[in-house]
Parts: sequence; C-alpha cells; structure tokens
Amino acid sequence: MSEHIHKDYTGAKLGMWFFLFTEVLLFGGLFILYAVYLQRYPQEFISAGSQLDVRFGGGNTLVLLTSSLFVAISITALRRGQKTLCQGLLAGTIISAAIFMINKFFEWSAKIDHGIYPGSPHMYEIAPGESIFFSIYYITTGLHGLHVIIGALIIAWTMLKIKNGSVNAEDWVVLENAGLYWHLVDLIWIFIFPLYYLILH
Amino acid sequence: MADAKMQAAGNRGFFDEGHYSGIRGWIFSTDHKRIGLLYLWCVVTFFIVGVLIGLLLRLELFAPGETIMTAQTYNAAFTLHGVIMIFLFIIPGIPAAFGNLVLPIQIGARDVAFPRLNLFSWWLYIIGAALAVTSLFTGGGPPDTGWTFYVPFSVKTTTNVSLAAIAVFVLGFSSILTGLNFLTTIHRLRAEGMTWGRLPLFIWSLYATAWIQLLATPVIGITVALLFIERVLGAGLFDPALGGDPIMFQHLFWIYSHPAVYIMILPGMGVISEIIPVFSRKPAFGYKAIAVSSLAIAFAGSLVWAHHMYTSGMSDMAVLIFSLLTFIVAIPSAIKIFNWLATMYKGSILLDPPMLFAMSFILLFAIGGLTGLILGSAATDVHVHDTYFVVGHFHYVMFGGTGMAFFAAMHYWLPKFYGRMYDKKVATISWIIIFIGFNVLYMSMKVVGMMGMPRRYYDYLPEFTGLNMLSTFGSWILGFGLLLMFVNLFRGLLKGEPIENDNPWGAATLEWQVATPPPLENFEEDPVVTHGPYDFKKAGIL
Amino acid sequence: MSEEHEHIVSYKLFALIWGALLILTGVTVWVAQYNLGALNIWVALGIATLKSGLVVAFFMHMKYEQPVFKICLLAALAILAIFIGFTFLDVLYR
Repeated sequence: MSEHIHKDYTGAKLGMWFFLFTEVLLFGGLFILYAVYLQRYPQEFISAGSQLDVRFGGGNTLVLLTSSLFVAISITALRRGQKTLCQGLLAGTIISAAIFMINKFFEWSAKIDHGIYPGSPHMYEIAPGESIFFSIYYITTGLHGLHVIIGALIIAWTMLKIKNGSVNAEDWVVLENAGLYWHLVDLIWIFIFPLYYLILH
Repeated sequence: MADAKMQAAGNRGFFDEGHYSGIRGWIFSTDHKRIGLLYLWCVVTFFIVGVLIGLLLRLELFAPGETIMTAQTYNAAFTLHGVIMIFLFIIPGIPAAFGNLVLPIQIGARDVAFPRLNLFSWWLYIIGAALAVTSLFTGGGPPDTGWTFYVPFSVKTTTNVSLAAIAVFVLGFSSILTGLNFLTTIHRLRAEGMTWGRLPLFIWSLYATAWIQLLATPVIGITVALLFIERVLGAGLFDPALGGDPIMFQHLFWIYSHPAVYIMILPGMGVISEIIPVFSRKPAFGYKAIAVSSLAIAFAGSLVWAHHMYTSGMSDMAVLIFSLLTFIVAIPSAIKIFNWLATMYKGSILLDPPMLFAMSFILLFAIGGLTGLILGSAATDVHVHDTYFVVGHFHYVMFGGTGMAFFAAMHYWLPKFYGRMYDKKVATISWIIIFIGFNVLYMSMKVVGMMGMPRRYYDYLPEFTGLNMLSTFGSWILGFGLLLMFVNLFRGLLKGEPIENDNPWGAATLEWQVATPPPLENFEEDPVVTHGPYDFKKAGIL
Repeated sequence: MSEEHEHIVSYKLFALIWGALLILTGVTVWVAQYNLGALNIWVALGIATLKSGLVVAFFMHMKYEQPVFKICLLAALAILAIFIGFTFLDVLYR
C-alpha cells in the first residue's frame, strides 16, 4: 500500500473558494432584501442613511482594506522565509479587526441610545422605509461583524500553526486559505459601505 | 479483480479495517464508506418515521371531521412529515448515502477530497436532526406552519419554530459541506484516464447536484436565520407594519427550495442512468446528452422558483415570466427519459429488482413531471394551487421519482458493500405491492385535488370521502410493501447468501472491479482507466 | 506537495493595489455628495465592483490561478445576479 500523505495544494484552495461562494450567497440574500427595499423606499433610505456616520463607515473601510494588505503581504513574507514579519503582519490584521469591532461598538451604541434597534418601540414611530433600512443595516452589519470575529480567530489559529512550524514556506496553503477568508470579509464590507453610508441622494 | 481467497477467508474489507474499534470506529471514521453507511441508516430511519406519520395523516383523512387527532395535531403532523421527509431523508438521501459510498470508488480515488470535513458533515446532520426532534417536545411544541414556514404565521405561532429554524440551518450547512467536498473531489481526485468524458453518469448527476447544494443552500440559511431574528427580535423585515413585505420571505424561501427539488431528483436520475445500461446490457444511449442535461437541469432549476408563488400577490409580469421559464426545465428532463428508453430499446433486459425500481422511476417520474406542467402553467395553477393536486404531483416526482431511485440504489449497490444478496423474488413481490399501493394512494390525490379539495386541511367536504378512503387504503398497501421490502433487504444484507462474484450485475464501472466488500483504501494500486463507464465490451464483460 | 512554480506577488505590487483601493474609496465618498439621481447607486456599485475586482485579482491571487477557479467564480456570481434580477421581475412591476 503506497504512502499517500501527499497534499493537494490546488484542491485545498479550490475547496476554500467553494466555501467563499457560499458566504457570498449567504450575504446575497440580505443584499436581495436591500435592493428590493431600496427600490420601494428611495426617500426613506436616504433620510435613514444620512443618519449613519460616514466617518465610522469610511474609517472602517480603510481599516479593513489595510488589514487585507497585511494578510496578503504576510504570505509573501512567509514564502520568502521572513517568519517574524509574517507573524507581525498577521498580528496587525487581528489588531485591525479589533479596531473595526470597537468602531462598530461605538457606532451601534450611539444608535441604540437613540432607541434605534430591531424591535424597538421607536421603529414603529418612524416611517416604515426608515425602519426597514435600520433593520437590514443591523442584521447585515451584525452578520458581517460576526464574520470579522471568526476571521480574526482563524488568523490567530494560523499564527499558532506558523509558530509550531506546520505552516511554513514549503506548505503555506492554510495561511493562503485563511487569507482568502479574510479578504472575503473585506469584500463584503466594500459593498456594505457605499450601500449604507453613501446613500445621500 | 475478484479476490476469492480473501472472501474465503471471510475478509470483510473496510468493515474490518479502520482506526478505532467498536462504535468509535464508526462515529469517528473518516472513511467515506463508513460515513456513507452511517448516513444510509440514519436516512432510512427517518424515512420510516416519516412514513409512519404519513400513515397517521391518511388515517385522519379516512373520514371527514375529526377522526383520530385534533386540527392542531394534524397541522403539526403534516409539518413534521414534510420537514422529516425533505430535510432528513430526501435531500441528504442519495447524495450523502450513496454518493459517499460510491463516488470516490467510481472515479478511482481512495476517498473524498476532505475526509474530516465529510465526517463533520455527518455530525452536523445528526445535530440538526437532534435539534429538529427536540423542537417537538420543547418550546411551544412541534411547529404547525407546514414545512414552508411562511410568514406571518411562522413569526406569530407559539410553536417551536425558532428551534426548527436553527435545525434547518445546521442541516443546510451539512448539505453545503457535502456539496463542497464532492465538487472538489470530482475536480481533483479523478484517477488517471478518468476524463470528464468517461465519468459515470451518476457522478455527473452528483456534480450538478453539488453545485446546487453549494449555491442555493446558503439562501435558505439566511432565510431561516431571518425568521429566527423576526421571532426573537421583531426586526420587521417581512412585517408591513415596519415596512416589510411578506412575499419577500416567499422569494427567499423558494430561491433555495425550488433548486432543492433538483438536489432531490438529480442524484436519483443519476442512479437510473447507472442501472438502465447495466440491465439492458447496452451502453448508455446519448451519454453526452444525459451528462449535459444534468447541468442544464441544475441551471434551469435556478430560474423558476416563483412558480410556487403565482397566487401570492406578486406582479403579473413575474407570474408570466416564471411560468414561461418553468416550461424550459421540462426539456432536459425529457431528454433523459428519451435517452433511457433509447438505451433499453433492443437491449437485453434483465428484470432484477434494481431494474424494476428503475423502470417504475421512469413511469412515475414522467407522470409527476407532466402534472408539473399543469402546475407550471399559471392559468391552470390558479385552480389547483394548494389543493391535493399539488400533493399528488410532488409525491409522484419525489417518491415515485427519488424514492424509487433510492430503493433501486439500495438493491443495486448494497450487495456490493455488504457482500450478500437479498431474496430477489421477495424483492420483486415487494416492488409490485409498492407500485400498486403508491398509485392508489397518490392518483386518488390528484383526482380529489382537481375536484377542489384543499391541502393541509384535516377536514373535507363529504363529496371527497370516497377518494380519501381509497387513498388511505392505498397507503396501507404501500406501507405493507415498504415493510416487506425493508425486511427482505435487511435480512439479505445481514444473513443472505454471500455473493460469489465481485460483479453480480455485470457492470463496467470501477466500484464493481474491487473486492467485496471494498477494502479501506478502495484500490490496491491507483487504477488507470482505459474505457468508458458503460463500455461492457472493452471492460471484458460482454 | 507545494507548487514550486507558484508565483510570489511582490510587496510593491500589493502596496500599489492598496493605494488604488484607498483612492477609489475616496472617489466613491466624493461622488456620493453629488446628486446624480438614479445613477448614484450604479456609480457606487460600479466603484465597489472595481475595488472588489482588485481585491479578488491581486490580494486573493485570482489573476494567477487556473481557469477553473475563474469559471467557478463567474458561475457563482451569475447565479447571485439571477437571484437578485429575477426577484425584480416581481417587485418592479407590482
């Protein structure tokens, strides 16, 4: 019986891409709802959207784009044998995730303090279109935030594997796949940002 | 090739080989064959539970008025029947059980691409099933919304829809991961010489199914998650008082659930495509057409979901276009039927049990499919929507179709994995009884539905009594046939005659060229494929 | 085993792409202040698509992958587009 601990690098990557497709379709359902309700309540989406702070949204966009850069570079670093740089960059990614979530915490707190949250009495007082806007906003950014946390955990786990050597310059597909997941988190936000924060007209 | 020495020594292949022993050797196994059998027995168990509930439903409908259960119990019973049959039997059914058993061997691989993920899929299935069962006894009791969970009732009902929603989410995840695994396996692990053009048609069907599992299932995931959020937080996404649209729930629900019916039927069609050539002793007619039609069905099936919503209040434009598109799906399905029949034409037909179930698939699926046209056409659908005509239709395609294919697969492949043969005469008799019971049960439904009897009602007008009684009689005949079939199968697989020949049916696909039962790693050496899957001459069989 | 021929992207290219992404982010914020009517949403989506394209092609390495990866991604996106688009056959014509 032949030894076959041979690993299929391309297969592992392909499998990860397949998984990313499912995440795209998962958020896709929320984007379908957004699109339908935007078409139905154009004015209310503008008035509700203008209540979101572009600075939080834009800031978080820059944070995620930079974290994506870190993760992408970390792969090059690992493959070039620069293990410390790689780990540093991954740590930077996790810190970016933390900054993102802290921003989100402040953003949500401000809204919740004003009585704007799913199922609140206030939601019945404002126009239906605005109420819907905030509902989808919370659910979409909430689900996205959950994925930020999951992504950060995956990166942390990958850092441990790099530390113990099982992910290295010869066998780096785990880092690559962790990176793919992180980039997906970034991609979803690239669409969330304009759709929720830049609806001004 | 046949390893008579190993068989004589009582070698049990993968049954004897594995990392752990005892029950841990099964529930922690990453061997696709063990996982396949685990799925098989779970799925069969849930099928039997679903059948029992179905028999109870028919008992209630034997006479008008309350017969053996209250209306509330009836609503919970048909919800449960649907949820169990759809999420715990039919959707995983053939792909998870037979796909796992057969796929890697048929493509010449040692296992799937991600064996541990495969095990995780099974665990998710078990967890999802446990959550579903738990929802029966906790919260407000079993959901009474129908398996479709339409809002607003599903948001307002005090029954345990919340837990059921979580169960569906977990089960969906199981399905997604299986699809992902199969796609990667088929792309990456085909043996040398196993080109796309030499793949068995069962593999083509699993490939097309896996794409649907991958891309459509996430949408039911988000849908039940939103339902859960509605119930728990009152977000109002589908509540008009808060700006929502209840029809949007239906869109999201059917965007998955229509393609889901193709997850159900495509693998069944794949099984039929395997069996017909073998038992006609003739290569499959129109191999390319059958392969491409699987992909076409998967694609076309993603375009037509709103044909479940003609009476929902959606726009006339949508009604028109979805009705038009629905007719298109019939084309690749018909192509398969023509090719199966052309394969049989001038073939040397062997009427073994797998073939009997396969042939009845063709007839019953055709009947179900034709009634689908009446439903797909918006004008006629308006009259039969939510009547027993629909119930008759989908039982013909799902039970007469996939169900029969599942039975065919059991009778075809299980002897290979257990190394024993069941009593073919008893299997044939069980098939006859099943076939008769099935048609009495479900044809009556189509007639009474056309006459106007609504579905999901525990009571009905007196003029529908005769047909309801007839239908219930049919259910008893069917139930008896199923009992006979399962008892015969179990006895055969556990205590039947050991099969002498590794290839009792004379097939040319790879799973029949390995020892019986197959060894842990499937192949002694990685196979090199030199002919097509139905090339009996080149395989040296004819 | 790892593919030795697998090409490594330079730090410089990554930094350039990142720069482009920041610029595009600035552009989308800048454009949003102008009232282009119905066009606003499409411009926003267009820029988002461009940004995603850069992330997918370079950060996610798609530019250098085998065709099967690209075809599968296109298939998934096509299906999503169909789901969104066909829903509008209903909502647009109510």
